[in-house]
Order: sequence, then C-alpha cells, then structure tokens
Amino acid sequence: MTVTRVRIEGATVRYGTGRHAVTAVDCVDLDLQAGRCTGLVGESGSGKSTLARAVTGLTRLSGGQITVNGAPVRRPRRDVQLIFQDPYASLDPRRTVGQSVAEGLGPAAPRGRTARTDAIIRLLDQVSIEASTIGSYPSELSGGQRQRVALARALAAEPAVLVADEITSALDASVQGSILNLVRDLQRAWGFALLFISHNLAVVRYVSDTVTVMYCGQIVESGPTKEVLARPEHPYTRSLLQSIPSLSRLATEDLTDAASPVAIPAQVAVRTSQAATADPADPAAPPSGCRFHPRCAVGPLNRPDRTICLTSDPARDAASRRHHAACFFAAPEPGADAESPAHLGPARNS
Amino acid sequence: MIVRGGGAPAGLAPARRAAANPWVRFTVRRLTRFVVSLWILISAAWAIVHAIPGDPVRAALGLTAPQSLVDQERHALGLDQPLLTQYGHFLHGVVTGNLGTSLTYRLPVSQVISSRLPATAGIAGLAFIVVVIIAIPLGMIAGVLTRDDRHPRGELAFSGFSGILASIPQFVLAVGLVALFSVGLHLLPVAGQSGPSSYVLPVVSLAAGPAMLLARVIRVETMRVLHEDYMRTARAKRLPARLVYVRHALPNLLTSTLTVSGIVLSGLVAGTVLVEAVFAWPGMGTALVHSIIAKDYPLVQGFALVYGAAVLLINLIVDVLIAVVDPRSALKET
Amino acid sequence: MRSRSRWLAAFRTPVGVISSILVLALIVVAIVAPSAFGHGASVDDLRQALRGPSAQHLLGTDALGRDLLDRVLVATRLSLIMAALATLIATVGGLLLGALPAVTGRRAGALIGAFINLTFAFPGLLLAMFLAIIFGLGEQGAVLAIGISGIPSIARLAQTLTASIASADYVTAARMLGVRRDKVITRHVLPNIAEPLVISVTLSLGSALLAFAALSFIGLGIQPPGYDLGELLNQGLPQISYDPAASLGPALTVVIAGAAFNLLGDAVARALGPTAVPAGRRRRSQGSAAPASPPVTSGNVLAVDDLTVAFPGPSGALTPVAGVSFALAPGEVVGIVGESGSGKSLTALGVSRLVDSPGVVSAGTLSFAGADLLTRNGPAVRALLGTSLSMVFQDPLSALNPAIKIGPQLAEVTRVHQGQPRKDALARAVDRLSAVRLPAPAKLARQYPHELSGGMRQRAVIAMGLMGAPKVIIADEPTTALDVTVQSQILDLLRTVQAQERAAILLISHDVAVVGQLCQRVLVMYAGRIVEDLPAAALAADAAHPYTRALVATVPDMTTDRDQPLATIAGRPPSPASLPPGCAFAPRCMFATEQCHTQRPALTSFGTRRRVACWHPQITEAAVPLAEGTVPG
Repeated sequence: MTVTRVRIEGATVRYGTGRHAVTAVDCVDLDLQAGRCTGLVGESGSGKSTLARAVTGLTRLSGGQITVNGAPVRRPRRDVQLIFQDPYASLDPRRTVGQSVAEGLGPAAPRGRTARTDAIIRLLDQVSIEASTIGSYPSELSGGQRQRVALARALAAEPAVLVADEITSALDASVQGSILNLVRDLQRAWGFALLFISHNLAVVRYVSDTVTVMYCGQIVESGPTKEVLARPEHPYTRSLLQSIPSLSRLATEDLTDAASPVAIPAQVAVRTSQAATADPADPAAPPSGCRFHPRCAVGPLNRPDRTICLTSDPARDAASRRHHAACFFAAPEPGADAESPAHLGPARNS
Repeated sequence: MIVRGGGAPAGLAPARRAAANPWVRFTVRRLTRFVVSLWILISAAWAIVHAIPGDPVRAALGLTAPQSLVDQERHALGLDQPLLTQYGHFLHGVVTGNLGTSLTYRLPVSQVISSRLPATAGIAGLAFIVVVIIAIPLGMIAGVLTRDDRHPRGELAFSGFSGILASIPQFVLAVGLVALFSVGLHLLPVAGQSGPSSYVLPVVSLAAGPAMLLARVIRVETMRVLHEDYMRTARAKRLPARLVYVRHALPNLLTSTLTVSGIVLSGLVAGTVLVEAVFAWPGMGTALVHSIIAKDYPLVQGFALVYGAAVLLINLIVDVLIAVVDPRSALKET
Repeated sequence: MRSRSRWLAAFRTPVGVISSILVLALIVVAIVAPSAFGHGASVDDLRQALRGPSAQHLLGTDALGRDLLDRVLVATRLSLIMAALATLIATVGGLLLGALPAVTGRRAGALIGAFINLTFAFPGLLLAMFLAIIFGLGEQGAVLAIGISGIPSIARLAQTLTASIASADYVTAARMLGVRRDKVITRHVLPNIAEPLVISVTLSLGSALLAFAALSFIGLGIQPPGYDLGELLNQGLPQISYDPAASLGPALTVVIAGAAFNLLGDAVARALGPTAVPAGRRRRSQGSAAPASPPVTSGNVLAVDDLTVAFPGPSGALTPVAGVSFALAPGEVVGIVGESGSGKSLTALGVSRLVDSPGVVSAGTLSFAGADLLTRNGPAVRALLGTSLSMVFQDPLSALNPAIKIGPQLAEVTRVHQGQPRKDALARAVDRLSAVRLPAPAKLARQYPHELSGGMRQRAVIAMGLMGAPKVIIADEPTTALDVTVQSQILDLLRTVQAQERAAILLISHDVAVVGQLCQRVLVMYAGRIVEDLPAAALAADAAHPYTRALVATVPDMTTDRDQPLATIAGRPPSPASLPPGCAFAPRCMFATEQCHTQRPALTSFGTRRRVACWHPQITEAAVPLAEGTVPG
C-alpha cells in the first residue's frame, strides 16, 4: 500500500463575482497523511466545510491546488470520500441499507449476488451494524446507526482519504462517543488519511493527531494537537479554548471569577460600536489586516499601539508565522508573559 | 487611539451596506424581466398566425373562396411580405397602438378591445375584491380554530365545503346559479349587462371557487405560522389573543397570500372568458371566442396581447407588493 | 413494502374510498356506455324532441329527440379519453422540459427555468384557447392545446423536485462514489420525485377534464356532431329558461368527474405527504404513580409537583413528561439536562403554561411567585407571567418575529401588561437593549431581526425578558444555535442578568458541560422523568444515577484520556410510546437487576441536596439516604 499524502497548497475558494464575491477559503496550506488524523476546528463562516468540499472535489478551487499523491483533485473521485453532518439527509430514504452500501462497491468488487451480499455484510460488520439490518430502510434506524451506514458506504470505496464534516454534531451525546470510537478504530484498521472537521475542540482533540484552527477562511494556527492545545499561540485559539465549558474545570474554578475569553469590554463598546457584538467575522466582509483584530484581546482593541494588526494580514505574512500561528504577537506561553492575552482579557469586576 | 474604530464591523456591515442598493437592483431586475417577458409575449402573439399549419388565410376563408380573394386578404394582412418585415411592422404596430383591422368587425382592433375591456375588467376586479374579502378572514379563522386537530368536525366541514366549491368550474357554477336564481327564483337577470343586479351572478360565479382556494391556502399558512417559534415567543409574552393573531401572525401570512392571490387573479382573467359566455356578457371574452372561431387573426393577436399583458402586470404588481411587505425574501432572490 | 402500505392507507381514508369508487365508476361508464346507451344517444326521434325530464327520459331530450342522459353517459367516454391523452402530453412534455435544466449547463438551465416560470404564470385555459386557433378546432386540436398548456405546471414541479433531490447529500455521496449520471437519475432522483408527480398527474387529469368541458362549452373544443360533456352543456344552455335539466345534467357530471380526480389526488397526497399525522383520540391523562415531592419551602419562586404533559397518540395518550417535581428558590440557577426526547423542553413549556393543544398539562402543584397557575388564568396572571417569567429559546432568529422591528417587539411587553405609553415603552426597550450590552441600542431598536447577527439576536431576546422585572428566566437551549465563543458570552450575560435582577434561571440544555458551567443545581431527565437532582459541582465525579454518570463519561472534554476509548451507552432511549414498566434506563444500565425491569424507582431524597430515582444509586461519599426506600412527601 502506498503511503497516501494529500497536499493542500494555497487553496482558495471564491463564490460569486465582482463586488459580491465571498472568499470562503483563503490561501490555505495543509498536509494530510495516511494513518494520521488532521483535526480542523472553526466557527461558522470559518470556511472549514468549504475546504472539506474542495478536498473531495465537490467544489472547484479558485486558486492554489489540492493533490492526492501528486494527482490534482478536480472532480469527485472514489478514493476521497466525505461523511456528512446530517445522517438523515445522506441516505436515500427509498433505498435499503444494503442498497446504499452496495452503491459504494466499485468495479473491483466481487460479482454475483451472494458475493456482493457477503461484501456488504462484512462492511456493515466493520461499523457494528447487524447483518439483519441489510433490508431495513433509513427511517427504521436511529441517527447513530445511519451515520454508521454512511461510514460503511464510504468504506466500500476503500478510500485513501476520508473527510468527516461535523459527523457527530447532529447526534445525541450518548451516541457521539460511540461514533468517535468507531472513527478512530476504522482509521487504525484501514489506514486512510482522515480530515476530521468539527466546531467542538474537545471532540477534535480526542480524535486528531494534529489540529488546525481556521478563522474567517484562513488558517490561524496549526500543529500537533498536544502542543497547540497545551500552548496555544494564537489569541483566537486561546479564546476558543477558554470558551469551552468544561465540567472538570468546574471543580477547580470559582464560577463567579470566570472571565469571558473574548474581548467584550463595556468601555470599548462605547468607543467602537461593533466590539460588543463580537460574533465571528463575516467572510463576505472580512476585517482589514488581521481578520481577528476586532475581537482580539492582545490586538489594537486593548493595545492601540499595535497598528500593524489593522494594516497587515498575518496569515499572508510569512514572517509572522512563528510557531505555526498567524499572529504578529503570537505568545508562546500564556501565563509566563505578564502581558499575555489571558490577563488582558475583559477584567470583569465582580 | 484606535485608528479605524476597530476596523470593518463584523456583524452589521453586510446588512447596512446592502440596505443602500438592493431596491435599485430589485427594480432593475424585475423591470428587465417584465420587459423581456413582454417582448416574448408580443413575439408569441405575432407567431400565432405563422404557427398555423398550411395557409392561414385559406383556412379562414374556406376552400371555396376564390384565389383572388385569398391573395387580396393575404396582402391586406401583410402576409406576402418577408417574415422579418412582417415582424417589424407588428412590433411597430404594438408600440403605436395600431394592431390592424378586425376581419369580422371591420373595425380597428384597438377600438374593439377598448370598447369591450371595461365590462371584463369590471367583473374581474369586483370578483377579486370579493375573493380577498372572503378568503383572508375565512382562512385565518379556519386555521386558528382547526390547528393541531382541534375541532376535527369543523375542519371536515371547512375542507369539504371549500374543496367542493373550489373544484366546481366557474362556468358550471354559473349555469347552476342561473338555473337556481334566475330561472327558478326569478331573482336576477338570466344574461346580459343591465344595471347592478346583472353583476351579481357573474361576479359570484367567478369569485366563489378562487375564494375557497385562497381560503384553503391561507388556512394552511396560518397553521404553519402558528407553529413558528416567534408565535411561541408572542404567547410567552402573554399577549392577548387578538394581538397574537393580528400583529404577530397576519404580517407573516402576507407573502404567501400575495403569491397565491396573483395566481388567483390570473385565473380570474381566464375565468371571465367562460363566465362571459354563460351570461352573454359584452366583454372581451365573448369577442375572443368569436374571433377564434371566425379565424379573425388580427383580433386574436390583439386579445392575446391584452390578456397576456394583464397576467404579466398582475405578476409584476404582486412581486413589488411582496418586496414591500417582506423585503428580506424578495430582495435576496437572484 | 413500506411504500405499498402507505399507498394502501391512502385508499382507506373516507375521501380515498369515495374518490376511487367515483373514478372506477367513471371508467366503467366510459367502457360500457357507447354500447349500452349508444342507440338512445344517437338515433333521432323528432316526435320526442325537446321534451323535459320524464320517467322515460330522465334528463329529457334534445332538439333531435335524443335521450340526454344517454348522451351524457356516452359523452363521458370521449371526455375521459381526451383528458387522459392531454395529461399524457402534459406529463411527458413537462418531465422532459423540467429535467432539462439538470442536464444542460448552468446558463441554459437558468434560461429554461425562467421560460418555465414565465409560461407557468399564464392560466392554462387561456393558453389552451390561443393554442386552439393554431391546432384548429376539434378533437385533435383540443387535445394538443390542452396537453401543451398543461406542460408548464408539470415542468415547474419536475424542475423544483429534481433540483431539490439533485442537491441532496445522498446524491452528492453517489457522485463521490463514481456512480454514473443515468444511474443516479434512475436510483435516486426518479424514485424520490415519483410520489409528488403521481399526485400532480392525478390532479391534472381532473383539471384536463374540466378544461375540455370549458373549451367545448365555448365552442372551441369538440365540434358537432361530435359531443363531449362541455358540448352537451353548450347545447343545453340556450334552453335553460324552460329546461334546466338539459344543462344541469352535463354540468353535474362534469363536476363529479373533475372532483373524483381532484379528491383522489388529495387522498393520495395526504397519505404520502410528510404532514400525514395519524388521527388520534384525545384523552385526558391520568396522574402517574406518586413520585417524590420536592423539598417544598414556602419561599420558592417556582414550585412544580407531579407535572405531566400528555399528547394524544394513535393508541392512547403519550406522556413525554411524567411526574416531574422540582422547585426554584429566588435567584437560584437550576439546569435541566437530557438528550433529545427526554422531555426537558416540554417540561419548560409545561411549567410556563405554553404547551399548546392537543397537549394536556396536569400537575399536583404549579405555582409561580405565589400564584397558582393551575386554577387561575385571568388577565392578572397573564400580566404576572408576562412581566415576571421570561423565556429564551434556542434559535434567536426564529424566536423573533421577522415582520416587526426589535424595539416595538420589546416595547409590546410593558405596553400590554403595564399600560405604558408607546414612547416610554420604546425608551425602556432601548434601555434594556443597552443593558444586555448591545451597541447602538437606539438604532438597533429600529432594525428588523434579520439585520442582526446570531449573538445579537439572542441578546435582544434576553433583553425582551428584562422588560418587566423577571423573577424566573427559563432558557431553553439558549446557546445551541450559536458559536462556541458567542456561547460563552451569552452564558456570561445570563449570569450577569441573574446577579443584577436577582432572577432565578432554569437552563435547559443537552450539553452537560454548559449546564454545569452556569448552574448551581442540575436536574437530569431521561425518558420524561427526572432521574437525578444533584449539585452541579457533583456532576463531574459524584453523580449517583448510572445514567448521569454515563452521560458525563461519554462526552469528551479537554482532559479526556485520548488513549482510551470513550465511554459509551449501549442502545437508545425508549420512545414515549413504548416505555418499559420499570426503570426506563434499565435496558441500557450495567447495574440493572430484575427489580429495575419490573418496578419503577421513585425519586428519593439522599441528604438535603440530592434526589435520585434508582434502585442501585452509586453513592460514593457521605450522602446517606434520608430514609432509604421510602417516598418522602
């Protein structure tokens, strides 16, 4: 088996033309490797789903290129498969589980009725779906079971690359865990390169070897999961980390002292009318310079001297890419630095 | 100091920037569509004569007519000229209001149309007003009362009655009404245009079906709106029922009501032809039927233009009204 | 199998039975009438001309003495055949035209779509009349005219359906698997558009029938001596003043024939449509086995005892919420956590008296700020609830009325309940908008909800709840539709509001961590019941109910061991229609014993801060049962 390598170089996806053009993915570089899971986190409008569709060849690139083992991806191909967010929409309601999985079997699959049935049953077994389910319709299955069937269908194509786009966000908490376990087991058994996309950092952390953080169409930080999460360098990554509600942190922290990780200081709200909204930036109207600067705790909002954030885009500035973070003021270790963003955050006086 | 006030605003910018020009874009787009549609309509009206298999003049005059008469008529209609010239003449005629001379009436087509338009517009307009006045309250009340399987008998009564009335063709209903009110009860005139009482049966037979159709749509829409989250919010605010329905539900019904109203009004225009036939109404419909049977091509073309333009105009007005009532949905469309 | 039974169900409804009998009768008449009644219908008998209805001639005779009833029956055949032919033309033409945009390029597709929309705007009958002059008067011309005029509506339907299926995820999946285009169409597109198309074809059969009648009636369809129903009506109309039966006979037949097909289409649409809901009989639910009362103290701002929400189901009432009891102290922040279908949202709606019919709410106690919500329902209680109980819902966009500006939407609360003048209420609204830290509140008050971003909308909804003086804020998944960073801002805001207004909060969420973050106490719900009531601090490591423990363990957080598989809960929650007699969690519980499967555990107090409904609670520390096995209250 050849070692699959997916290279995403300067990938750019633009929708619309002229003044209404929206750059959903802006000059993204990323590598995927066989047997490795690359996690991709971001909020709405970050471009993570557009990137997923570009990797699978469903969306055409406006710039840059994506190659699988050197061959550019221009249209959907069997060795790159996508698992969708909504398992209720990704299975044809009028086809049985067996028919859906059979669709994935390629030209190399065995001929003959019984041989194909056996192949389908083996695939269903891989995703822990009983063979007796083969004649069931999707409406008879739970959300988790449907997602398993969708996985089996993708496996039938023996993909070299699997893209999982928010595959657990439509599922209940008690089901999510078993799907995450399954994805991890499957990757170990099949050895495909996995691009795992989620808005949930804890979920990404659990399955991914490396993690990439996107914001408003750009990659702002990328690196080995452990390093990025233990020592986040980009202020956006830090704000994401601090936003995650956590039960284990609960036990150690006093609730009333929990500070909001994203800058929403009242005194700023008076001066800059947009700061308090602090919703993720809209890719249709990206902020100038660093796209995170209107929400950044270490940026010009709190440090008026840092005008470079208003004028230069760190994601396009190679020099600023210290430690995998697209930030002019990337802090290697928050806490060690007295001026680190964690302390510059909106000090709530309570 | 912060140089640029925090840079480009994230949340508000698109909404604010878009507010300036979408109306211009909408107007330009919608007017362009109207003009193109009008041009297609004019071309189609012109093409009617040329789409007739064989010689249309021979077909109109019959096999026994002498060739000289046919040729004379062909020349009068301009059919002996090159196609492009004919098309140019037709376009020019439409723009200047000169639609040719009717073969049967021996009058200018525009004169025939203008003498008959008011009678047709009268019953169509009245019928539309009746439709709206009946359908909106009836549909809303039925929707409120029968939502979530409440009053299943009331629902059956409404669905049955409106369903039957809506599926009776207007001209059949007209015949039935004449039989009952004119022949049976001698309450209203059988046919013809003579004073206000003569309008009653044509208008009722035109309006009854569409009113029920619209009421059914409004009922379904009412039930949909009542299930929307914002209606739950309105109830959570403990507003009195009157406010909940009139202030919160009604405005959200308007878009779909307007859309269906447009279809209903277009349908009314077609319905007038048949209802006029029942009541011998001196409108465009009777003349249209006559002109088609008599193969009076210039008059048929004129009527095609008038009826078609009426439909296009109705659609334009509905679209503009929707844009005014619900700018979000109308202006976003590409 | 599945779809066949649905089709059968269509014909089992009263409308389905009646319409299929009518359609069958029409077909039988069309087949046998010409041979059975052809003689009376066609042979002239001038001695009998223009007779009124009699025993011999039920509808009378025409000018040539032919029996009108016979003629009506015979005419049915021609009407049906022509309608069928025209529908065939319309269907084939419509499908081809409607599918064309999916095959051609984007630009050509858009042009075809625009053309379909343009022609669709014209009433079919109007098109048919003008087409009649092209195709000539008579049978053939009428069939072509009506057939072609029916194309736009079928084409439009086919186009919309095809477009929606073509963008479905399963079609995308098929494309990625390299399935050929023709296979995609036969496997996925056609089967999924078949049902709505069949319905629409049935309906257009009915309207084609009526269109022929109309066309013949005005003399543009069938030409004498041929006759169909419309032509008979045309001949009968001049005699209407002295022989109404001559026109009413064909008229009635036209109506019946048209209605038969329309009703059949309706019946099929109802049975196959997504809105098909089995009709159930409404029944008041009985109270369930006595559960534990909450530790009711008189100072509670909200007290609920034995709350049950019932809905009529196909076989008896369903109770998605049963025997829920809890209380909220002033300023207390309590969470309800559970998976979808656990009844947490319905509990919130039931408590706030917002469950709509046919849902039925019953409770032993339901009091808010001292008012008994079960018995009182006047304007005074409405004003109390309107100003003191505020609600925040999941989707801030749909929770705000899109047709009303933000300011008036907020102002409404105090205008209605406190009779505040418009201007003052608007000023208060602006003040409240700034209280939730929204920028430029005065300008915002004049904007529509869709002009705001998601986080801003949720702030506006919260501000709406602050118009009065809230004693309790019920927030149902207030952050689920929002991004993580925005979520933490909204939770922060709720916390601030709680502190400033001294309002209690009932936070409903599927996310254990969110609930744990904001709340002091947490109610865990499973299958419509509270299974555990515990301090939020105990969630992480000290939950007593096996379900609570499993729920916490199964959700990964930033400290989860990446080298171990995640804990999972086997099986799935029971549906409200098939609740087991014992503990609802027993089939999925690793501690379950025989008792768990047969007897339902009551919510029992352990110590002062905890209640658990379990036969085998996993009590780890000092929490000793107050009175083991007994039901307090």
